[in-house]
Amino acid sequence: MKKPIAGGSGGAAGIAAALPHAGASRPGRMTRWLESERLLATLLLAPAILLLGLFIAYPFVIGVWLSMSNVSVGNPGEFVGIKNFVKAWNDSIFRTAFWNTGFYTFWATIFKLALGMWVALLLNRHFRGKRIVRAAMLLPFIVPTVLSTFAWRWMFDPTFSVLNWMLYQGGFITTKLPFLSDGTYGMWCAIVVNTWRGMPFFAITLLAGLQTISPDLHEAASLDGANGWHRFWHVTWPLLKPVTVVVVVFSIIQTFSDFQLIYVLTGGGPANATHLLATYAYQIGIATGLLGEGAAISLFMLPVLFIVVWLQLRYLRRLEGA
Amino acid sequence: MVIEKKWKRWVYFYIPLTVFVIGTLFPFYWMLITAIRPDSELYRSWRAVNNAPFWTLHPTLEHFQDLFAKTNFPHWLWNTFFIACASTAISLFCGLLAGYALARLKFPLAGTIGTSIFVTYLVPPTLLFIPLANIIRAFQLGDTPWALILTYPTFLIPFSTWLLMGYFKTIPKELEECARIDGATRFGAMIWIIFPIAIPGILSAGIFAFTLSWNEFIYALVFLSSPEKKTVPVGVVSELIRGDIYFWGQLMAGALLGSIPVAVVYSFFVEYYVTGLTGSVKG
Repeated sequence: MKKPIAGGSGGAAGIAAALPHAGASRPGRMTRWLESERLLATLLLAPAILLLGLFIAYPFVIGVWLSMSNVSVGNPGEFVGIKNFVKAWNDSIFRTAFWNTGFYTFWATIFKLALGMWVALLLNRHFRGKRIVRAAMLLPFIVPTVLSTFAWRWMFDPTFSVLNWMLYQGGFITTKLPFLSDGTYGMWCAIVVNTWRGMPFFAITLLAGLQTISPDLHEAASLDGANGWHRFWHVTWPLLKPVTVVVVVFSIIQTFSDFQLIYVLTGGGPANATHLLATYAYQIGIATGLLGEGAAISLFMLPVLFIVVWLQLRYLRRLEGA
Repeated sequence: MVIEKKWKRWVYFYIPLTVFVIGTLFPFYWMLITAIRPDSELYRSWRAVNNAPFWTLHPTLEHFQDLFAKTNFPHWLWNTFFIACASTAISLFCGLLAGYALARLKFPLAGTIGTSIFVTYLVPPTLLFIPLANIIRAFQLGDTPWALILTYPTFLIPFSTWLLMGYFKTIPKELEECARIDGATRFGAMIWIIFPIAIPGILSAGIFAFTLSWNEFIYALVFLSSPEKKTVPVGVVSELIRGDIYFWGQLMAGALLGSIPVAVVYSFFVEYYVTGLTGSVKG
């Protein structure tokens, strides 16, 4: 932390010397205006707010309007109230998708948290090649999900599956497993791939959190006779909790709204058994062209996301207050 | 240090770590091995007697050659690169200014604006892609790179603002005050004193933004339609599968080449990334 500041103050001195007239000459009208914090803040925030307003807030409003209309591609449509929501709720595929989304999010988040914590604790030790191992463990998170999911799809291939080959050679199975051709298996495969992809994010963020914990605390605890598990439970975990909450919330939101993994791995099949809300909304809204119904389906994500965000904001505020 | 016995170190450390590393890397290895394996070896039943399942006896580059000669892959690579650079630049520009304003300036609604920007980060693209497709069409941006360059910042700006805000808070106020006493304007102090100090933070936000836009899928899938205008992830999904036929050799070659640029960017900056993250976790 010390180094950049030292360099910066050197730079500051250099700039002040290079621009002696900056203070000497009468400041222009523009610069005097910028002295007002309120005006400067408005100017600095304008680009961000403009883009976010235009491409998040405005589409959100349009989305709510679409969800209450029967707009489809090439048809301006009209207001139909909550008909789309009722229709979705009575649709068995929608219900499967809704249930799948919850199931997928629940299990994937639990696995990612547990394995990510384990990996973070392993990587927090000192060993040779630490940097290389760290960089390697991050790979699944960095590489485009679509591309790595294709690798998994190929590994799950019904005829040429390398996983089946390994399990068969290892004597675990006698006939091939229907990885993606069976709905239940397909869902678990998606959870495995999601865990594989998202675990590094948990690991690296928790590792960053672990590094802020002073090793003295652990030494003191072990002098008091605490074993590994006790040290984790009574020293590490309480200090890591705020970071964990943030990571879990991000992960829940991303997993709950996931699209690309299912789109590539199963396409929602077999027979719509692995659809998530996002993939089903895409199928209805874009592939079929029923924009209104598709928008209604994706809006079903909103209450869950809202609750998660609300809980997090409340938790953060309580931390700041404490 | 807490001292432990040798066998314990093996059971609790080396073995689990090795399992994790193998599990993490195996799919990438399988990508590589598929990409250089000739079709005659590739398409064998999983139960067939295969002399070298984990290695290939006749490595070949034909899948890579086909990828470049017979598909639009070079176009996709360039499109992805261009779009990622442009939207990263826009996001860093907006995020820097907004992050500075939120961390350093006092003005009414500061808290509300900060919270709303944070909340937009939590609005997933899959909630907005249908109405956005309508808006993009209305602006006549459909099937142009601008559809993505302008929409990607919506999920990149909140992140970079949040990260840079944390970074600016770690820079002592005195630095700025000194410069102001020396006669610099508030704006000048921000540009010449504070921004250069924040370069590590800017770099980690930039790396993150670049890889996120390189990875983005659903907007690119919905907003682009011409084969030569697609990005790598969308092109691979929609153009390398003809009907029901998967060209696994080419697919894995494409997946490998599409992954390398982001992997390289990260391997250079991984330490920055971890420090940036540590900073934002602390802040």
